[in-house]
Amino acid sequence: MRSDSTVQIALVLPDLLGTYGDFGNAVVLQKRLAWRGIPAEIVPINFGQAVPESCDIYVVGGGEDTAQTLAVKHLQDNPGLQHAVRRGATVLGVCAGIQLFGDHFTRADGVTRPGLGLIDSTSHAGPNRAIGEVLAKPLGGLFDGVLTGFENHQGRTTLGPAARPLAQVTVGTGNDGKVEGAVQGKIVCTYLHGPVLPRNPQLADLLIEWATGTKPAPLDLPILDQLRAERVKAAQRTTDASSRG
Amino acid sequence: MSSKLSQAMGLGAGGMIGGRVALKLDPQALRRLCAGRRVALVTGTNGKTTTTLMLARAVDELGLVASNHGGANMPDGLVTALSQDPDADFAVLEVDEGYFPAVAQVVEPEVVLLLNLSRDQLDRVGEVHTIERSLRKVLTDLPNCTVVANCDDVLVTSAAWDAKRVAWVATGTGWHHDSASCPRCGSPIRHDQGSWHCTSCDLGRPKPHWGVDRGDLVSSQGERIELGLRLPGKFNQANAVMATAGAAAFGAPVAESVRRVRSVTDVAGRYRTVSRTGHTARLLLSKNPAGWTETLTMLQGGDHAVVVAVNAKEADGRDLSWLWDVPFEQLRGRTVIAAGERATDLSVRLTYAEVRHTVVPDTLKAIDAAPQGAVEVIANYTAFRDLNAKAANAQ
Repeated sequence: MRSDSTVQIALVLPDLLGTYGDFGNAVVLQKRLAWRGIPAEIVPINFGQAVPESCDIYVVGGGEDTAQTLAVKHLQDNPGLQHAVRRGATVLGVCAGIQLFGDHFTRADGVTRPGLGLIDSTSHAGPNRAIGEVLAKPLGGLFDGVLTGFENHQGRTTLGPAARPLAQVTVGTGNDGKVEGAVQGKIVCTYLHGPVLPRNPQLADLLIEWATGTKPAPLDLPILDQLRAERVKAAQRTTDASSRG
Repeated sequence: MSSKLSQAMGLGAGGMIGGRVALKLDPQALRRLCAGRRVALVTGTNGKTTTTLMLARAVDELGLVASNHGGANMPDGLVTALSQDPDADFAVLEVDEGYFPAVAQVVEPEVVLLLNLSRDQLDRVGEVHTIERSLRKVLTDLPNCTVVANCDDVLVTSAAWDAKRVAWVATGTGWHHDSASCPRCGSPIRHDQGSWHCTSCDLGRPKPHWGVDRGDLVSSQGERIELGLRLPGKFNQANAVMATAGAAAFGAPVAESVRRVRSVTDVAGRYRTVSRTGHTARLLLSKNPAGWTETLTMLQGGDHAVVVAVNAKEADGRDLSWLWDVPFEQLRGRTVIAAGERATDLSVRLTYAEVRHTVVPDTLKAIDAAPQGAVEVIANYTAFRDLNAKAANAQ
């Protein structure tokens, strides 16, 4: 955390990678910090702008193939994010994030593009678009409770030995139908929208803990528990329906 | 008969079943039903139903018009509307943007209105840049067509850029969140002082032929006419100018078109007012982030209670991530009630927006729970449809 104690949350290329409301992840981090008396601000980094390396948390969202290609090029030309990762900054990469943080990704048109190499993984276009509610069980004791979200992606991801999966899929597709997301150092990647942090406050607080070095005090927001319960039930209904059908 | 059946079975507003049967019987139905008529198609993400009604009213000046007023905008809805008015010389049709390329190829319209393009139901409709490319292809190839296009919208401009004849309209409305990069070359788009251009290729805001200026229409001939609409908001002023420019492409006189467009009040239940339990509720439909943003902007400055109702059925899109693209922060300080099947998702969004609110999932009960007097009700597609039906039954 910076000496002036305001936590800076970089929202990376929201104008390219903001297709699925992933801006909400930055809002959740900012509010959950502020509600605990820790000042925090969102720093949007738009297409064409330099990428600062001094932020505490970086949030990267989902986008279309073309936008993703442009985003990788922009982040290669302005390597502030990569420098921040080396410094130990906390990063959340959603959907396209998991693909552009990897070594390379092969698009639906067959073209292979290099990624940023921050996560030991490769991605390619799958046989169909995975769309729907997802449930997954967090691995490695990272946080409690089931991971819930909504996926909408063509990409499939294979992890190398340096990265480990975030969770084990029970409903939906995730990386490959078996596991979901990736964790490497203080980088968390996931295919889940919803957005993912409003649905999973435990994950939001894990990122806050990594960024501030302190486990945050609990926040009592019953509406979040209610949302999680409703979404878990809805996801289970979709599997019941498909196993019947 | 089958339309009545559809209504009786509660399958919808009755716009679809007749058409579905006709298309099955005759795959050439759409082509045959449009042959010999002068056809205008209206497409884009938001404002299709309102603008179609406005354009149909204006074209009425020239002759009988067949139109799908209810918003049934897929091919079977078009067939239903056209079969109901076999003698109309004109057809003014709202077309879903996903179906537009196929429909336009079949009917070869004389006029196309392209209103705006932004993200909408990504899990169902797909991504907006893909839509733009498919529109671009068909608009470039259409013979003898005037495209009336919103030049304040980057994606619309790209789609219409290579069309044979374009009437550019400066609507003053455009959603910039999907146009950071040029749809043609991928370079950053720069926006400044109401204009925009690609930083690399030659795509840029064309010089408009028509515009909206402080509530006035400014025509291609330089005439200024006060719009004086009864429908609220800047967005409807944009729709009105698009409709007037479309009617002008058919040869309708501008002043008369504006007079006719002005008479539009209730668009398939939208903007309609419902009185119940000491409340006067105005019903507003918003279907996607750009639409919600326009509606919230329109409500700014007022202090009436606001009921927000959100569903996530198939027709709405199952993914509610878009709630986070809508600036609900603008509702701070007002009485707000979260309603609809996904009231809980909405409540979480409002909580993080620091908007004090209560949750009443049943939208009619939510209206009843508001303080007496005027209430604004914003609802997405099926929440709006259900509320309209329930409100009608309750009266």
